Amino acid sequence: MHGKGTEWKKDNASTLKELLGKWLCLLYCIVYAGFILVNVVSPKFMGIDFGSLNVAIVYGFGLIIFAIILAFIYNHVSTHAEEILNDNESEEEVAE
Amino acid sequence: MNYVPSPWAIILFTMFVASVLGISYHFARKTKSSKNYFAAGGNIHWSVNGIAFAGDYLSAASFLGICGMIAISGFDGFLYSIGYLAGWIVALFVVAEPMKRLGKYTFTDALDAKFNSKGIQLASAISTLLVSIFYLIPQMVGAGTLVTPLLGLPHEAGVILVGVIVMVIVATAGMTSTTYVQFLKGGLLIVFSIVLVMLILSRGISTAPDHGGDKAYHIFKTIGITSYEEDLISIADDSYTVDKVITNIDKKYHFVRLKKNGKASIWKINRKKMELEETLYTQILPNGNTLYNGGTKDDSLFYQVGHMSELDGKAENKTGTLSAFSFIEKIKNGVVLRWSKVNFTENGSKYTVYYQNPTPGKEVLKPGLKFKVDPEKGASPLQRLDFVSLMIALFCGTAALPHILIRYYTVPSPACARKSTIVAIAAIGLFYILTLYIGLGAMVNGVIDISNNNMSAPLLAKSFGVTIFAIISALAFATVLGTVSGLIVAASGAVAHDLMDRFLGMKLTDNNKVKAGKIAAIGVGVVAIILGILFKGMNVSYLVGWAFAVAASANLPAIIMILFWKKTTAKGVFSSIIVGLVVSLGMILLSQETFVNVYKIYGVKAPVQINNPAIISVPLSFLTLFVVSLFTQNKSQELSGNVGEGSSL
Repeated sequence: MHGKGTEWKKDNASTLKELLGKWLCLLYCIVYAGFILVNVVSPKFMGIDFGSLNVAIVYGFGLIIFAIILAFIYNHVSTHAEEILNDNESEEEVAE
Repeated sequence: MNYVPSPWAIILFTMFVASVLGISYHFARKTKSSKNYFAAGGNIHWSVNGIAFAGDYLSAASFLGICGMIAISGFDGFLYSIGYLAGWIVALFVVAEPMKRLGKYTFTDALDAKFNSKGIQLASAISTLLVSIFYLIPQMVGAGTLVTPLLGLPHEAGVILVGVIVMVIVATAGMTSTTYVQFLKGGLLIVFSIVLVMLILSRGISTAPDHGGDKAYHIFKTIGITSYEEDLISIADDSYTVDKVITNIDKKYHFVRLKKNGKASIWKINRKKMELEETLYTQILPNGNTLYNGGTKDDSLFYQVGHMSELDGKAENKTGTLSAFSFIEKIKNGVVLRWSKVNFTENGSKYTVYYQNPTPGKEVLKPGLKFKVDPEKGASPLQRLDFVSLMIALFCGTAALPHILIRYYTVPSPACARKSTIVAIAAIGLFYILTLYIGLGAMVNGVIDISNNNMSAPLLAKSFGVTIFAIISALAFATVLGTVSGLIVAASGAVAHDLMDRFLGMKLTDNNKVKAGKIAAIGVGVVAIILGILFKGMNVSYLVGWAFAVAASANLPAIIMILFWKKTTAKGVFSSIIVGLVVSLGMILLSQETFVNVYKIYGVKAPVQINNPAIISVPLSFLTLFVVSLFTQNKSQELSGNVGEGSSL
């Protein structure tokens, strides 16, 4: 017996979404790894003033806001891709 | 600290819990099938599910733990916020849609969808159970922490109260009620956290925070030292008598016990200033009773702390209303009086002494107070590795948490899974930005109970009045209820669906599966209650860091490799889960932090010197999967091959 209980309609946008997801994830990983690296290699840099705040707080807030922005970009592109690529599809089901 | 409950707080709290139970009862009537019980029928709207995700995720660790850690260690606590949110990127971009496509009720379904392997069913069910229990511990500790100031009950009563209420919720209604409880709680928590931050900014900062005029701040005394040599000390205040100088073998700390009117107090010897500085201390007597500053709880000798000792260059100063930027700027340019602690044992009593540690604001607002990263300040390579390890665990753990993964099965489609994740990221991201202000607000508003920093956020709310305190506490309590419910549903799914139905092949009917799930829920609930009592006093976010490390080590390599490496085999997945579990749990149980904070063994070097295992256990788990898969290649086990052919281990 298999756990999989639902058969979904074929998603022609899945390759594009997967590719986009991988690249955006990689991009975020690089920015996140940069944060860890700066903390370990040059902790003093984190304490430098950045207006009223400092680099640590700006980078930290930046990582949170960057994640939200990437999420919206991903959803926007994915939704459009699904609309365009799945628009005229028949009710074909994936044979898995 | 001695907490006095307020009737208004109790009324609001009771109303909140009653409405949670009401929702539970309402949905209980609709829950008949196992799909309803374990996955809310798979028809929750994505926007509701997104906020419920936030509700699941903003657990006691986020609200109590992170705010408490920021209040004590500044920016280092905020690292958890950054890491917790970053983890959602992996969840959204890599895991969300494929997990929805592959699974039915549980994370095991998704892992095993293409193998039908007994080994995977067993290993991932055990992993789900263990990770859920690890995650349950901090939630239960948080519950115990909350009821003390709210209802005036002891820690143990809070843990039992949550355990019983959650068992009622889960045993009656399952995932549907859990989802709506989390939706309500998640939304309200964010709204009231915004209100709390606005109150913090509007109050401003004072060097003698008096809770808006409600409570005078305790001014910590100093006494001049007239002479000090080795173990002999004489002081300028005749009303005290010197009892004993306390130092350890390597002379890392120097305290003196004084007596006045028969009551003992411990003072830190400041050799530079030739002064004694008042400390706070707890003493666990050989009979198990605890004294606070030499008295019982009722003596109220253990003061709330946390203030700036220098603001705009002055030792006594006060600001007006501040903006989100100027609030941080004032702290950055001032000096915060933090509290450090030392543990030692004397004549069978276990002491924890908290002493004053004035810290420049610039240091508070950058990493390094809890996690040692700066070699110039004595950070060893191992300590820096520990920091990297924690950040890896937080990043990799989110997408591997069973109670988060099962939420993908409550929505109707993969696209809805994606959209609900995005709602979650936006809501959680906003909340995490607020945690910095709530934590720093607690740090400078004289509200911290230094013996239990988990209470910092609710106590900060209390300084603004009992109504906001009651609402925030009730929400925090509901946070615990909701998260514990979700975890228990995940754990009971692992027992009833993965272990009994699939692994043992018991072929349960739909009704029996729900029954088995409910019985399992009660069993897991009892275990959670016991562990919640045993782990009292540990920072809940720190404990959650461990749960993340275990999840990241045991589950994530299997998820990622199944999705992206076609040569993954069932034996590879099984081995990687077991190696991840054993290595991460083993390292945690043998770490220094566990020795000191869990086993209460002081002055002994633990076998494992890093406190977070992810940097070793995650790559090891990936490597195991890779190597074992390469050695166990055969056509029936290849992902690209004939799916469904038997490949049992």
